[in-house]
Amino acid sequence: MLLDLTIVEAAAALRRREFSARELVGAHVDAVAALNPRLNAFITVTPELALAQADAADKALAAGDAGPLAGIPLAIKDLFCTEGVRTTAGSRILGNFVPPYESFVSAQLLRDGAVFLGKANLDEFAMGSSNMTSAYGPVENPWKREGSNAVMVPGGSSGGSAAAVAARMAMGSTGTDTGGSIRQPAAFCGIAGIKPTYGRCSRWGIVAFASSLDQAGAFARTVGDCAVLLGSMAGFDPKDSTCSERPVPDYLAATKRGVRGLRVGVPAEYRMDGMNPDVERLWQQGLAWLRDAGAEIVDVSLPHTKYGLPTYYIVAPAEASSNLARYDGVRFGVRQDGVDLIDLYERTRAAGFGDEVKRRIMIGTYVLSAGYYDAYYLRAQKVRALILKDFTDVFAHVDALLTPTAPTGAFGQGEKMDDPVAMYLNDVFTVPASMAGVPGMSVPAGLDGQGLPLGLQVIGRPFDEETVFAVSQVLEDAAAFSAMPAVRA
Amino acid sequence: MSYVLEGSTGPWEVVIGLEVHAQVISHSKLFSGAATDFGSEPNTQVSFVDAGFPGMLPVINRECVAQAVRTGLGLNAHINLVSRFDRKNYFYADLPTGYQISQYEHPIVGAGKVEIELSDGSVKEIGVTRLHMEQDAGKSLHDQSPSKSYIDLNRAGVCLMEIVSEPDMRSPEEAGAYVRKLRQLVRYLGTCDGNMEEGSMRADVNVSVRKHGEPFRTRCEVKNVNSIRFVQQAVEAEAKRQIAVWEDGGTVMQETRLYDPSRGETRSMRSKEDAHDYRYFPDPDLLPLVLDEDWAEDLRSRLPELPDAKRARFMAEYGIPFYDAGVLVAEQVIADFYETVARGRDGKLTSNWVIGDFFAGLNRTGHTIENSPVSAASLGKLLDLMADSTINGKIAKEVLEIMMDTGDDPGSIIDARGLRQVTDSGAIDAAVDAVLAANPDKLAEYKSGKEKLFGFFVGQIMKQMAGKGNPALVNEALKKKLG
Repeated sequence: MLLDLTIVEAAAALRRREFSARELVGAHVDAVAALNPRLNAFITVTPELALAQADAADKALAAGDAGPLAGIPLAIKDLFCTEGVRTTAGSRILGNFVPPYESFVSAQLLRDGAVFLGKANLDEFAMGSSNMTSAYGPVENPWKREGSNAVMVPGGSSGGSAAAVAARMAMGSTGTDTGGSIRQPAAFCGIAGIKPTYGRCSRWGIVAFASSLDQAGAFARTVGDCAVLLGSMAGFDPKDSTCSERPVPDYLAATKRGVRGLRVGVPAEYRMDGMNPDVERLWQQGLAWLRDAGAEIVDVSLPHTKYGLPTYYIVAPAEASSNLARYDGVRFGVRQDGVDLIDLYERTRAAGFGDEVKRRIMIGTYVLSAGYYDAYYLRAQKVRALILKDFTDVFAHVDALLTPTAPTGAFGQGEKMDDPVAMYLNDVFTVPASMAGVPGMSVPAGLDGQGLPLGLQVIGRPFDEETVFAVSQVLEDAAAFSAMPAVRA
Repeated sequence: MSYVLEGSTGPWEVVIGLEVHAQVISHSKLFSGAATDFGSEPNTQVSFVDAGFPGMLPVINRECVAQAVRTGLGLNAHINLVSRFDRKNYFYADLPTGYQISQYEHPIVGAGKVEIELSDGSVKEIGVTRLHMEQDAGKSLHDQSPSKSYIDLNRAGVCLMEIVSEPDMRSPEEAGAYVRKLRQLVRYLGTCDGNMEEGSMRADVNVSVRKHGEPFRTRCEVKNVNSIRFVQQAVEAEAKRQIAVWEDGGTVMQETRLYDPSRGETRSMRSKEDAHDYRYFPDPDLLPLVLDEDWAEDLRSRLPELPDAKRARFMAEYGIPFYDAGVLVAEQVIADFYETVARGRDGKLTSNWVIGDFFAGLNRTGHTIENSPVSAASLGKLLDLMADSTINGKIAKEVLEIMMDTGDDPGSIIDARGLRQVTDSGAIDAAVDAVLAANPDKLAEYKSGKEKLFGFFVGQIMKQMAGKGNPALVNEALKKKLG
C-alpha cells in the first residue's frame, strides 16, 4: 500500500523503479482529495503542482541525478512562505498573499526533489495547542476515542501537518515548534516529530511568531523519516543571523547507533501531582525499554522547570507583539480602510486577527510596556537563563532526557476552550526545552486508556540531534507502535 | 560674555543639546542589501526585508559598522566593542515592520567630544554622550493626492548614526558651530556627506531656558531641522517661546515640536500624553555586535588626517594664522588643493591667493573647487611666475581671471597677451619721464611738500606701462628722478 510506506522505503523503491513518482504522488493527491474535506488538514491544496513535481522527479530518477527526497510527497505548514503558492499563517489578515519568495527550509526540500501536496492548517500565527484558532477552521485528528465519534483535536499549532501524516495524506510534513507545536501534535496524532536545536534550521521565510524560540522541524511516521527530512531542511543560511554554521551530520546514520552506554536522565520535576496514569505508565515503560537496550537511567533535577510556562507566556507574546506589527494592511494582505492611519490600522487588525492572536499581542505589549518591562520581560529572560543552566548542568552528567511529551492524550474539540490558561498547560513538558533552545523529539509510544496515542519526549544537548535520534529509534523499535488512526483503520 | 535673552523678568540663559542624525555612506542598507542612492524612483530600492514582508530577517552590514566606528574615532570617543540592537516599537506608515532597529542601552560608541570655534576666536569643547546606529524610516508624501498619503520606502532601512551631544551649548552660535563641526568631521571621514538639504543630515534640537545659576528646567525637542541656519533660528524661536511661557506664570510642558521657518516659530507636534511608549527590547533576530579590537585599531590607523589636526599642521608647516588655516581645512578638497599649491612655495602667499582671488574667481564664474577651471598646478605656476618677477601682482590678478574664464595655462596667457613685467630700466625711466613731464603742476606740488602724490605718480607710471612695470623698480626709478 503506497500510502503506508515510509519515506526511506519509498525513496528506495523509487530508485529501484518499482513504481513511479507519479504513482506515489498520485495516490497521495487522491488521499488528500478524499480525506481533506473532512479533516481540514490542508488550507491550500496544490495537486497540479504536486503532479508536475512528480513528473520532474521521475525524469530526474531516470537520469540518475535525483535528490534524496525525489518524488516524496510532503505537506508544508502554512507558516512557511512558498513562492507562488498562497500563504496564510492560518490567519485572515494575510488575505490572498502569495509570497514572491520560498522559505529557506522549504527551498532545501525542493532542492532535494520533494513534492509539495499543499499548505497545512495551523493555529493562527502558530499560537495554540489544538489547531482550533485557525481562521480556516479546525483540523480533525484522524484518531478517535474508542467507541466515540467525538471529533478530537490534533494538537497544535502544527495540527494540520501532524494530521496529514497520521491520516496518510502525506508521507511527511514540515512544522514549526515554538513551545511545543511539533512535539505535542506529533504525540496527539501518534507520529514522530522533531524540534531541532534553536539555530539548526533557518527561519528565513517562515512567518515569525517568537523569534528567539521558533524553529522549523519535521513530522513523519518514523524516526528515520524525520532524520531524513531534518537532514534536508537543516543547514546554514546567511540570511538568518541566528542560524548556525555547523555542518549537518548524517541523522539517518545516527538512528542506528543504539543507546548502549548512554546515560538517560529522568527529571524529577516532570512528575506532576495527579499525573495521568497512562502517561506515567508509558514513561516508566520507556525507561525500561532504554534500560533493556543498554542505557543507564539516571534521576536528575531541572529545578526551574515550573517556571517554563510562565516565562514562555511572557517572552513569546512579547516577541510576537512586535513581530506581528507589520500586519497592518499597508503593503500586503487585507486592508480595511479607515478615516485616518490609526483607524486603518485598528480596523484592519481587528478584522484580520483572531481572538488568541489578539490576546497574545496584548499580553506581549503589556509585558514590554514602560513600568512593566523590568518586572516581566526582563525578569522572564533572566529566569530563562536559569532554565538553560538547568539543562547545561544536567547534560554534564547525562546524554539525553526522557519525559512524556504531553500531560494527556488528545482532547475533544470544544474542550478547554473557555480557559486559555488551561490550554496553555498542554505545553508544560515541551516549553522548557524550547526556552533552553535544546532539541526535542516526540516518539509514539503507546495508547492511552481511550485508545488515543501518547508520545514520549527525548531531549538532547544543543546540536546533538544525533543522540536524540539514536534514543528515539530505540524507543520506536521497542514500542513497535502499529496502531492506526480511525480514519485509516 | 555669554549669550542671554532679555525677558521681562531679566536675562535668561539658553541650554541646548543636539541629536544629529547622519546617514551613513555605504552601498547598501544597514540590515539589507538594497541600494542607498539618493533621488531614485520611489520604491525601487526596497528589499523584502526593508518592506517588512512575512518571514524576512535582518543581516548586519559590516561597512555600516565600520563607518560608525570611524565616526566614533573622529569624535575622540570610546568605542564599545560589545553593543546591542534593540527594537523601538511604534506604528507609522513609513515604518514597515512596526519597529525601528536601533541601539538603546548599549550603543556602539560611548562618550566623546567636539571642539568648536566661535566668532570671537574662543574655542569650546562640546561633549558627545554617545553615537548609535539605527534604521532610517521611509518617506511619507502627503501632497500627492487630496485624500491619500504616498509612501516611498527607498530610505527605509538606510543606516543612520545618531550622535547625541551633552547639553553643553548655550547659544544659537554654539549650536550652529557644533553642527558645522560635525558635518566637517563626517565629510572628512567619508562616513556621511552631511548634505542637510537632501536630508542626509538632520538635527533634533533640545532647548530649555533658565535663570543664571538655576538647575535645568524642562526642555522641548524641535525635530528634523535641516539646515544650520534653521538650527540657530529654531534655538532662538523656541527659547523665546519658553521664556514667554515662564514669564506669563505658566509651565513649559515637555513636548516635541517642529520649526516653521516661514513663521520663525516652533509648533507642537505631539504632547507628552501622545508620547510613544517604545517598548524597547533586544532584537531577537540579531546577535550582540562584538567587534574585534584589532579590526577597530586597524580602522583607527587608516583614518584620514582630521580637520583640527590638519589645521594645526598647516599653521606650523605653512606659517599661516589660525583663521586662514581654518578656512583652508573647512573641506578636505580645499585643504588638498591648498597643499598641492603650497608645497615648495610661500605658504602665506598661497593662502592669501587661494582664500582671496581664487575663491572670488570660483564664485564669479559659478564653479566649485571640484570643477575649478584652474587646477592646483596652474595656480602654483601663476605664483611661480610672480615669484620670479615674470609678472607683478596686479597682472597676476588679471591673468587669474583669464585662467578662470578660459582654463588656459598662465604661461600661454602671458605670452599671448604680452603681459610680461617690464624690468628694463630704459623703458621704466622713459615712462617716469613721460609722466613727470605730463604733470608739471603735480610735480610742483610734490616738490613743495605734498608727498603723498608719490602714489599718484606711481599709478600713472603703471598706467603708462599698461600695468606691466615692476613695482619695485618703478618706485626706485621714480624716487631717483624726484630726488
